[in-house]
Amino acid sequence: MCLGIPGQIVEITDINNKLAIVDVGGVKRQVNIACIVDEQHPPEACLGDWVLVHVGFAMNRINEQEAAETLKLLEEIASVMS
Amino acid sequence: MKYVDEFREPEKAEALRREIEKLSQQINKHIKIMEVCGGHTHSIFKYGIEEILPANVELIHGPGCPVCVMPKGRLDDAIAISQNPNVILATFGDTMRVPGSKTSLLQAKATGADIRMVYSPLDSLQIAKNNPDKEVVFFALGFETTAPSTAFTILQAAAENITNFSMFCNHVLVIPALQALLNNPNLQLDGFVGPGHVSMVIGTDPYEFIAQKYHKPIVVSGFEPLDILQSIWMLLQQIVENRCEVENQYNRLVQKSGNQIALEAMNKVFAVRDTFAWRGLDEIPYSGLKIRDEYAQFDAELKFIIPNRKVADHKACQCGEILKGVLKPWQCKVFGTACTPETPIGTCMVSSEGACAAYYKYGRFSKTLQKQTTEKPKVTISS
Repeated sequence: MCLGIPGQIVEITDINNKLAIVDVGGVKRQVNIACIVDEQHPPEACLGDWVLVHVGFAMNRINEQEAAETLKLLEEIASVMS
Repeated sequence: MKYVDEFREPEKAEALRREIEKLSQQINKHIKIMEVCGGHTHSIFKYGIEEILPANVELIHGPGCPVCVMPKGRLDDAIAISQNPNVILATFGDTMRVPGSKTSLLQAKATGADIRMVYSPLDSLQIAKNNPDKEVVFFALGFETTAPSTAFTILQAAAENITNFSMFCNHVLVIPALQALLNNPNLQLDGFVGPGHVSMVIGTDPYEFIAQKYHKPIVVSGFEPLDILQSIWMLLQQIVENRCEVENQYNRLVQKSGNQIALEAMNKVFAVRDTFAWRGLDEIPYSGLKIRDEYAQFDAELKFIIPNRKVADHKACQCGEILKGVLKPWQCKVFGTACTPETPIGTCMVSSEGACAAYYKYGRFSKTLQKQTTEKPKVTISS
């Protein structure tokens, strides 16, 4: 029920209704971006953002730096083991 | 796929498994960790995580599957709405096969009710626009992950003045449920794997009471196998170091204060109910959402006559005990015999996120469990 899947916003289709196209592993579909836009981050600025898609909405942006840090930590654990 | 494949690498999983093993040897007792979210339960079984954990680290499967915790009475209410002439009931696919007291939505659809599965609440709004002569009702359910999407859908319906659209609101809140679990003396837990996508909306601050008042560690986790293993490793580190803190493994998506835009939309549209019934946990105060008076024209509970009956669960069904983590699915008298995904008696066997369905589907039993399962007494089900 709380399933979410990462995707990248590749097109803003309707600024007024906050609609965009997201690419999820090569599959493109329309999502609503109301949850991730405000005055600091208007719809036009969402192009290229990685987001988590849930029930037709981009629920939040994926923080690429945090993701890289998590992966770096996992890499370190693995390298210590090997 | 980016942000998925990197978190599934076997050699990193093996490294984490060994780290978990090392920590478990420093803990001289049996550890019980509850994963709250049904999505985590599903991942744990799908990737066989439970099987690679040390013998003294046990995972308890919590009540974080909104379909599983929905009482039969609310499902009966949804079916009753669908029986109204001129009504189209739109719902997520998860609810279709859940047994009500007499029938399921799928059976109601088969007997003529206009019930449609949608991927998004916005799809149900589109159905309303396409069918101006029909009343379209969206069967809204889910935790805080899903609630913002239904809130935005109501806001859009209001903005476009769509009058033939309403929602049957069954949204529930995670924090009161956790509180109810922590107050249950029968449930001894050493820590929590916190729900990742709920936390993406509410943040990690609301869990502080778990660490401060109940002295339990909690790690908010992502859903990939490495996420879950890292979260268990972080929890064991806390236990070894005698710490009780709220930690965030899923910081690529979860911020401390959550998603303020989503929370504002929720607060604008929804108010907290005084009480809400949960399957297996009974009535929990302030644990459900209702539509605010300002948006009353979109409230199906005001638009339609709802039976609103309390319906007891099937006598043989032990979903309630399973949802509280008191019983394992295979300890239920009807698991895998009278109750299977094809013929579910309880909701935990219907939803793919239910603990019973996960156990059944992935069939991962240790020899001990197999022995206990085969020794179960046969139960005859009579309705």
